[in-house]
Amino acid sequence: MQVMRRNTELGLVLLAGLLTVGGYTLATLGRNASLPANLVPFLLVILGLLAAAHIATRVLAPGADGSLLPLAGLLNGIGYVFIARLDEDLAGLQALWTAVGIGGFVLTLVIVRRVRDIERFRYTIALIGVALLLMPLLPIVGRNINGARLWVRLGPVNFQPGELAKIALCIFFASYLVEKQMLLSHARHQLGPIPFPDLKHYGPLALMWGVSLVVMIFEKDLGSSLLFFALFIALLWVATGRAAYLIVGGGLFAMGAVIAWNMFGHVRSRVDIWLDPWTEPSGAGFQLIQALFAFAAGGFSGTNLSQGSPDRIPAVATDFTFAAIAEELGLLGSAAILIAFLLMVGAGLRIATRSESPFEKLLATGLTAILGFQTFIIVAGVTRLIPLTGITLPFISYGGSSLLSNYVLLALLLRISDDQAAREQAQAEALEMTHS
Amino acid sequence: MNRQIRGLGVMLMVLFAALFVQVNYLQIFSADRLNSHPANTRAIVRDFARPRGVIQTSDGVVLARSVEVDDEFERQREYPEGALFAHVTGYLSFAFGAEGIERTYNDELVGRDQETEITKLSDLLVKRELTGDVTLTISKKLQQVASEQLGERKGAVVALNPRTGAVLAMADYPSYDPNRLAGHSQSEVRAAWEELNADPDKPLLSRAFRERYPPGSSFKVVTAASALASGAASIANPVYPTLTALPLPNSGGQTLANFGGGSCGGNLPEALRVSCNTAFAQLGMDMGAEKLAGGAGEFGFREEPPIDLPFAAASNFPEAGAFDRDLPGLAKSAIGQQDVSATPLQMALVAAAIANDGKIMKPHLLSEIRNDEGEVTETYRPEEWKQAVSSSVAQQVKDMMVGVVERGTGTVARLPGIQVAGKTGTAQTGLETNHVWFISFAPANDPQIAVAVMLENLPTASEATGGGLAAPIARAVIQAALAG
Repeated sequence: MQVMRRNTELGLVLLAGLLTVGGYTLATLGRNASLPANLVPFLLVILGLLAAAHIATRVLAPGADGSLLPLAGLLNGIGYVFIARLDEDLAGLQALWTAVGIGGFVLTLVIVRRVRDIERFRYTIALIGVALLLMPLLPIVGRNINGARLWVRLGPVNFQPGELAKIALCIFFASYLVEKQMLLSHARHQLGPIPFPDLKHYGPLALMWGVSLVVMIFEKDLGSSLLFFALFIALLWVATGRAAYLIVGGGLFAMGAVIAWNMFGHVRSRVDIWLDPWTEPSGAGFQLIQALFAFAAGGFSGTNLSQGSPDRIPAVATDFTFAAIAEELGLLGSAAILIAFLLMVGAGLRIATRSESPFEKLLATGLTAILGFQTFIIVAGVTRLIPLTGITLPFISYGGSSLLSNYVLLALLLRISDDQAAREQAQAEALEMTHS
Repeated sequence: MNRQIRGLGVMLMVLFAALFVQVNYLQIFSADRLNSHPANTRAIVRDFARPRGVIQTSDGVVLARSVEVDDEFERQREYPEGALFAHVTGYLSFAFGAEGIERTYNDELVGRDQETEITKLSDLLVKRELTGDVTLTISKKLQQVASEQLGERKGAVVALNPRTGAVLAMADYPSYDPNRLAGHSQSEVRAAWEELNADPDKPLLSRAFRERYPPGSSFKVVTAASALASGAASIANPVYPTLTALPLPNSGGQTLANFGGGSCGGNLPEALRVSCNTAFAQLGMDMGAEKLAGGAGEFGFREEPPIDLPFAAASNFPEAGAFDRDLPGLAKSAIGQQDVSATPLQMALVAAAIANDGKIMKPHLLSEIRNDEGEVTETYRPEEWKQAVSSSVAQQVKDMMVGVVERGTGTVARLPGIQVAGKTGTAQTGLETNHVWFISFAPANDPQIAVAVMLENLPTASEATGGGLAAPIARAVIQAALAG
């Protein structure tokens, strides 16, 4: 069983690697009408990195789900092809970040041997999470880039601690909610058909609301703020089964949105651009309109790699990679990316439902929700379904912090999956022992 | 918890389904609309560095060509005639896209229309370099005459061949040098763009086909033709009383005066000859909004003329319903005032319609396209746009317009040995200025050219009339065109 899962994974990982190399070759051909000069070393690096991640799961988490790593590798690879096509300077760095990410993946599997080990450090982790989250606000190390204060500079490296904070907070939410599950589900009031818990039990929700507002107000990071809050509400509901939390949470969200809209110019301008980007097509609306033109230019089958002009979109390699993919690979490509994310979400939730430990269940749910919500927030933003918020597209966008945190997230999901597989195997063996 | 986890799964599925729908909406359903959006310059920019054919006049003068330069784009567009043809050729700019012929015939210039299906594997890898040379109907000789005649007076001259719709000259003042926008220094191009946009004289705006002006009395040609076509008047009847001013009904005592306070009247040819406001205002009210608004529509008002230049402005004549409670407005509209406004191109089409037995040909600049081997790949074939009035009505209006030039307000346009038909116009702007017009065609018995001249915002003075200032320009253009 385990061997079969790993062999499937190996096959899929190789496929993802070959697709990446093929895409890279076509993109270079389209640009220069010649094969990439560094094709062989590139091939070796890609396959080497994927092989390293695969071997790590084979050794460290042999019973884990076999579809997540290949999907992540595929998204990472396609993202890399596009970053290389859009900005050669970023490409070298992105390759480095991929190596760092896979390093983080292996290291997570090495350090976290059993998921319940991390449950014990929940308050430390919570503290680390909050510290990471608020770190960009510190004077010397914190940095403003593109109007948002999300960055920390340590030595030569800029990074976004918020990316790692989301995992730390997810771990804390999961352990905290498992502990308070009974208490928070206790409902004495009834409003129509919906039971409402006591007022005092909304404390954690209110606290999280406050933290999200702080992130939004002081770091001007609408995307992360929305992500944290949505994650918390989702976990609160999954843990307690009380729809009341969804309703109250939705109300708090609406309230926060109205406050933000009234108080902050940057929120208002985002909403205005979303409602009507055409009033200033060469001014405020320029970026979004160029993205819409990119989607349209792609049509059904795309302009083909390196044959479109996604570089018309400002910040395309970081915020609008999805639009570039949609332009050059068409609806076929953009739909494939969405399906890949959906498959990852499906695999993550399957891990959650199978797991027997409540903490693992909730953690897997939370990690998967991060992946799903984050993908939705950014893709919906660039397609003008919701106002745009600057948040990365997992595994695809350029960025070291983002890749590292997503690979750590992936490693944790695989760890949960492997733990459950180990438990099932132990039970099966125990059953065999008693029968024989 | 599993129930909620599945619930969360369903929620995420719904969110992703929304993304999928939105991506379909953008990439399939609204793709055409977005691809052809005016703000979308992708196609132009993609073609910026491609080899590109020349644009030339009918007399062989190159208006736009690509020259090799030593930078990342390899080629730069050059406009040897500078401002003279700027509103015709437009420009090709990296930052601001393309305008004019450069925009309309972008695909032909880069040879995209010649691209055939892929026959060899190598076609996949290497782009074949095809270009097309675009020859226009416009001639340098006539454009130069029109432009010199206009001088440094704001306005436009549009000359057409009424039989084919071919544009023979289209001069604008002020204009701009397209070379300034086609450069490769982004900072210089941007500075030029900002300077041109900030200029209160609006040099980037083509007055010939994108700006509307009240046509004043030159519109009486449309009123007269619509009256004859609808049977509201004939050549002999009615005979309008001689008046200096016409009292307007339901206007609280307003009157509509003749130009310069003169008195006039008589039948339709007489009223047109002296450009009698009181007679035409009365005619407008007599025939009614339905016939006048309908007639203007027959001549192309309220529609974008189908010329092969981007974004030609539609000319205005309100729908009949707008006059339901506004009889004075109808009277003023019949003499080309109030809410009536027209581009010089539209008024040239009015003259061309009368010249061409009532038929308006689609105005166009394209003559032919040749590939890089000199073979003709496309030749423009004249097409009819509208039958504005019947041939017999056109003949009657033509005779009246000949009268205007021979014995009326347009005598300045007379040419020895050539019968010219015309109509003057002097439109009040409400300020201390007038727009002056002259629309004309010649020779009246075998029309070769129709010309509209418009001079913008001239200070009010007795000599600042269509007959006094615009007619000589038209005469010079007609003379140059017919001299061969």
